[in-house]
Amino acid sequence: MKTENQKAWFFVLPVLLLVAFNAIIPMMTVVNYSVQETFGDNLFFWEGLTWFEQLLNSERFYNALGRQFLFTFLILIIEVPLGIAIALSMPRKGFWVPVCLVLMSLPMLIPWNVVGAMWNIFALPDIGLLGYTLNHVLGINYDMTQDPVAAWVTIITMDVWHWTSLVVLLSYAGLVSIPEAYYQAAKIDGASNWSVFRFIQLPKMKNVLTIAILLRFMDSFNIYTEPFVLTGGGPGNSTTLLSIDLVKIALGQFDLGPAAAMSLIYFAITLLVSWLFYTLMNREDLNTEGDR
Amino acid sequence: MQKRSIVPIVYIVFLMLPIYWLVAMSFKTTNEILAGFSLFPQTFTIEAYVTIFTDPSWYWGYINSIIYVSLNTIISVCVALPAAYAFSRYRFLGDKQLFFWLLTNRMAPAAVFALPFFQLYSAVGLFDTHLAVALAHCLFNIPLAVWILEGFMGGVPKELDETAYVDGYSFPHFFVKIFLPTIKAGVGVTAFFCFMFSWVELLLAKTLTAVAAKPIAATMTKTASSAGYELGLLAAAGTLTIIPGAIVIYFVRNYIAKGFAMGRV
Repeated sequence: MKTENQKAWFFVLPVLLLVAFNAIIPMMTVVNYSVQETFGDNLFFWEGLTWFEQLLNSERFYNALGRQFLFTFLILIIEVPLGIAIALSMPRKGFWVPVCLVLMSLPMLIPWNVVGAMWNIFALPDIGLLGYTLNHVLGINYDMTQDPVAAWVTIITMDVWHWTSLVVLLSYAGLVSIPEAYYQAAKIDGASNWSVFRFIQLPKMKNVLTIAILLRFMDSFNIYTEPFVLTGGGPGNSTTLLSIDLVKIALGQFDLGPAAAMSLIYFAITLLVSWLFYTLMNREDLNTEGDR
Repeated sequence: MQKRSIVPIVYIVFLMLPIYWLVAMSFKTTNEILAGFSLFPQTFTIEAYVTIFTDPSWYWGYINSIIYVSLNTIISVCVALPAAYAFSRYRFLGDKQLFFWLLTNRMAPAAVFALPFFQLYSAVGLFDTHLAVALAHCLFNIPLAVWILEGFMGGVPKELDETAYVDGYSFPHFFVKIFLPTIKAGVGVTAFFCFMFSWVELLLAKTLTAVAAKPIAATMTKTASSAGYELGLLAAAGTLTIIPGAIVIYFVRNYIAKGFAMGRV
């Protein structure tokens, strides 16, 4: 049991100050912009909720939001099952374990713009390995700068390449924590592979999988650099995800008011979904503590 | 070799292909790259690497990145340690709300904060310094560090603390001499994650710097647009950004799976 102690606040204070400096002041700036119109020269005029109304009635916003949800949905339904499958087939002990883990983690340690540039080079139609193979060996017409479908396939493949390992590592951490005795008991009972997975492995992975889905949701919903470097949001607007659109409005057109209003709505959506996951996760924590 | 080891092997090959292509590209001459497709470099050249290591505007990019990433890792771990201890050992007013509020900052899209950050750090006179980037990255690294450390500390039985007090240890003495060595692995993993997320982030780092503290990633984007399209140079610079990650990951290889699970397995 934890003890009640209000002095613990002193331990938290440095974190609180640093994060508040970085979070609250910029957030107030955004709120400030979201209700004003600017004409440069630091002239600001009160606009009330105009930007929010305009945004919630604009097709452009819903298109970007729709693309964003589609992207997040697609990468989640590919990465989570794939990650579990790979974790299940990995060796549990021996020399190859650290080798696998290190090689699999490598994509996550590459700066995000390098990931984008790397996939750009990889997918170039005539001189990239992927583009050349598809076009000249398999005979599929592939050019992601022209074809929206090809652009989508490329950004999804890039994200699967970049982040599936996160799901693998989390699932793997859950799997190795299962005592050998569980498997022996299942063998005596004559359990099939599927029931071992369903009743032993999956329940043990539930906690870590929730973390994986939470992290993947947050990061894929906020994704900016990789698709921006890879496709620049094109062809047309076909891969303009929410944050790419946001940066276009804020820094490209310098429409600070609408961009700020969009930021707030964007943040609110991320927050809401993450809160649902977080509550779910904490309830799981309580349940497992009850089991012990 | 069992049949099921095919799956991880195929997966690792898939992961290595784009990396191989980047490395192969970095050893080709510009002419060869533009002339057409070749699986291996025909005329092997290290010209691109020579350019990077002799041109200050290139190699300073790496030094800048390493300075602010290290600075951020040190700050994040040092302030997160006491906070994580408080969350794992005590109940206090607003603890759950505070913990969730910290996590929300991990969820904030960097794109939302780019412009306000620029204004904030210009106003306090830190624009274009390593410290600015290091502090800005605290926004998402401190919550992460607290989360991971709290997970690891939760695994240490409370009896350890109580025994130490009975033995007459003062709190700071106990924390440094007994508690820290116990969660050594957790501290290592946390430092690794802070390093990783600060190293890969570019949007804020680019927004907060101009010349003096410009990160390598920003140098690369400038080259891609201004000096024509020097793919070989770009590939070499990209290859070099993979190396620091590969080095730090080697040190935490045995704890990495547990670390990604935030110490909560």
